[in-house]
Amino acid sequence: MIGILVQGASWLSLGIGAAFILIGALGIIRLPDFWSRIHAAGIIDTAGVGFITLGLMLQAGFTLITLKLLLIAVFIFITGPTATHAIANAAFAARLRPFALAGDESGTFDSGKKKS
Amino acid sequence: MNMFAAACAALFVAMLLILIRSFMGPTLYDRVLAVNAFGTLTVLLIGTMGFLTGRPDFLDIALLYALINFIGTIAALKFFRYRSLGKAAPKGAARQEDA
Repeated sequence: MIGILVQGASWLSLGIGAAFILIGALGIIRLPDFWSRIHAAGIIDTAGVGFITLGLMLQAGFTLITLKLLLIAVFIFITGPTATHAIANAAFAARLRPFALAGDESGTFDSGKKKS
Repeated sequence: MNMFAAACAALFVAMLLILIRSFMGPTLYDRVLAVNAFGTLTVLLIGTMGFLTGRPDFLDIALLYALINFIGTIAALKFFRYRSLGKAAPKGAARQEDA
């Protein structure tokens, strides 16, 4: 009984993770702007990795493999948003701006009249 | 066993889409973002393929790949910002952009 429950939870988690990853990939290829594509990459880095590793952990049971999977999940959970923030910071420093701030060099919304 | 194959197929499709974005990305940062996501999906694919073939011993390689992916992304960003990896940043090169 418990085995069937664990198998079902593992399969459900793998399916949810695969769905999140497909949604993130579709967002990366379909969204119109660099600054909106970052959100899709964030979905892959947090929800996709979390659910897939959770499903694999439920398959492995209490072994060393679960520890390695947990290590991978924690590491990607820390470094994924860090890398995304570094990419966003580099793009901002290279004068790349979202649509709403196009032509505004300061990059802040409250810096006066918006040039059109 | 069948669910691992489905997850692998989803990972393959997602990697294909992200590879397309990394080839046709209009700016450099689109490409770096796509390559970073591709590396993350490669880590997941290595782990899931290990479970699919019944030998989940490849997780050490997946962990190593996660480490190298992060370092590689930061190194690529640093190279394209300062045009150099070894030397320190030139004086006042990018100070005014840092928040």
